[in-house]
Amino acid sequence: MSVISPPKPSRAPEAAQPRRVGFSQRLGRWDVKLSPYLYVSPFFLLFAVTGLFPLVYTAYVSVHEWHLIGGQGDFVGFQNFVDVVQQPRFLTALRNTFSIFLLSSVPQVILAIVIAAVLDANLRAKTFWRMGVLLPYVVAPVAVSLIFSKLFADQSGMINALLGTVGVDAIRWHADPFASHFAIATMVNFRWTGYNALIFLAAMQAVPRDLYEAAVIDGATRLRQFFSITVPMLRPTIIFIVITATIGGLQIFDEPRMFDQLGQGGSDRQWMTVTMYLYELGWGAQKSFGRAAAVAWILFLIIVLIGLLNFAITRRISSTGSTQKPKRGSR
Amino acid sequence: MTTSVPMIRQTAGAGAARAAARRRGLTGGANRRPGWVTYLFLGVALAVAAYPIYYAVLLASSDAITIAQNPIPSLLPEGNLFGNIGRVLTADIQFWPALINSIIVSTLTALSVVVFSTLAGFSFAKLRFRGRGPLLVFVIATMAVPTQLGIVPLFIVMSKLDLTGKLAAVIIPGMVTAFGVFWMTQYLEEALPYELIEAARVDGCSMIRTFWHVALPAARPAAAMLALFTFVGSWTNFFWPFIVLGSGNPTLPVALQLLQATYFKDYSLIMAGVVVSTIPLVLVFIVAGRQLVTGIMQGAVKG
Repeated sequence: MSVISPPKPSRAPEAAQPRRVGFSQRLGRWDVKLSPYLYVSPFFLLFAVTGLFPLVYTAYVSVHEWHLIGGQGDFVGFQNFVDVVQQPRFLTALRNTFSIFLLSSVPQVILAIVIAAVLDANLRAKTFWRMGVLLPYVVAPVAVSLIFSKLFADQSGMINALLGTVGVDAIRWHADPFASHFAIATMVNFRWTGYNALIFLAAMQAVPRDLYEAAVIDGATRLRQFFSITVPMLRPTIIFIVITATIGGLQIFDEPRMFDQLGQGGSDRQWMTVTMYLYELGWGAQKSFGRAAAVAWILFLIIVLIGLLNFAITRRISSTGSTQKPKRGSR
Repeated sequence: MTTSVPMIRQTAGAGAARAAARRRGLTGGANRRPGWVTYLFLGVALAVAAYPIYYAVLLASSDAITIAQNPIPSLLPEGNLFGNIGRVLTADIQFWPALINSIIVSTLTALSVVVFSTLAGFSFAKLRFRGRGPLLVFVIATMAVPTQLGIVPLFIVMSKLDLTGKLAAVIIPGMVTAFGVFWMTQYLEEALPYELIEAARVDGCSMIRTFWHVALPAARPAAAMLALFTFVGSWTNFFWPFIVLGSGNPTLPVALQLLQATYFKDYSLIMAGVVVSTIPLVLVFIVAGRQLVTGIMQGAVKG
């Protein structure tokens, strides 16, 4: 905006008067110049102190011997990384994290798009249905996990009992790795599918309707319209959701931590995730902040790598479509 | 990026009828309204979304023996709900302190996020200053940084400051978020005309008074939504409070974890804990669920 300076009075011969005007004028100009920076500074200060600094300092901690209570020890180079990577538990945790992530993200995106397509119809009581699918969002992950760990209980669990009535043998949800991953992924899907469906719904409503008109004239069926118009137009939204799901999903902690009362990820660590492993190293028996920091950095690099990979893949896909780019570039 | 307002108009504004009619003709095929299959599908989706919550109420109103004997609970709640809730309140998990802590943390975090985000959003959307573009890009980019991975040093810092076990350790890192700043920037860009700001400036308002009397009132609808989302996020947050507060001074999710670890054999008690800790957010949902829906959909089109 333009700089608006206070109206300039005709300069009086007295010495005191112009000095006061000059001062308030300068103050006004400083106000205009500095205020914008002042107003955005809380975010940058807080991010520097609680986001960026800890992340960078993690690298420093990771190359040192460092105890939860004892504090900083000797410089050990990459020893912590070597120790961690050689642990079979680390690889188990990595496998579990990816397995849970895939089981929760892929079905979730597909289901969310389907629900959004249904919500996009000319429904009665629109708001009711939209609120309905959002309901699980207000249940804390910890509470979701407590509910589902009982639903998925190996003995006297409701899901096994229902399976029993149709003649399926009880599944060992808390013993079998894949089954436990499925149960944990179900919790994530329960909480986030409706939320993502609403995001997709908004994107669907932003699709220009004349595209559909043209398709109808060309004789496209509704299914064909969905796959040839809706899905391609949703691409930017899909990218957005996949990226946020990746960042959040690979750090998953709450649901697997609460899947049983011990919180260690099972007797063979069959559902222990990387973040749970990080917690176990730092705050468990070892109390080794050095190793925990090493795990944090490895996970950080993995997330960045997958983020870039995501970006590269979707860039290539979306350049073939006629989609506008999301977010970037409009200013 | 500028599409959010047209989107809202489409569902609520003057052209809504025309748009709806057009849509009906297309996606509804011959029928003007979708058929029963659609409602059946939505009904099933709703049941899947609601049943686990109802299941928690069913178990919370039962007792440990009944639950162990009947994997599939009865359709209607039994009579022990208030008895079990009473046991949660007196159990050795510091329920009342946890509830008060959760209220304090969530409220203060939401307030602080709204104030600082609106302030920054006002600056990014309506004030001109050098470095504005790159700084905003930086803000957006930080959303992709998994800051949770910095917990080890964050914990070290908090213990150096002697804040472990104190609520400040949970509140401070969440006081302003990149999402909030981005959200308010987007909103104020459209909702706040330059003329209003200039009028205030001509009337001799300082920048901060302009913010207070012009920008803040204009930002109210978006600020309310941001407060809602922040409140829900803060209320359900577990990882960091669990680490830095521990069981000594818990928030509700941490108290729930404690309940599970201590009384894991008694599912009626655990589910009663789930129910009482979820009630406040269900109330928020009943009162403001519509705003949550609008907020998600607006944010989606903008984001």
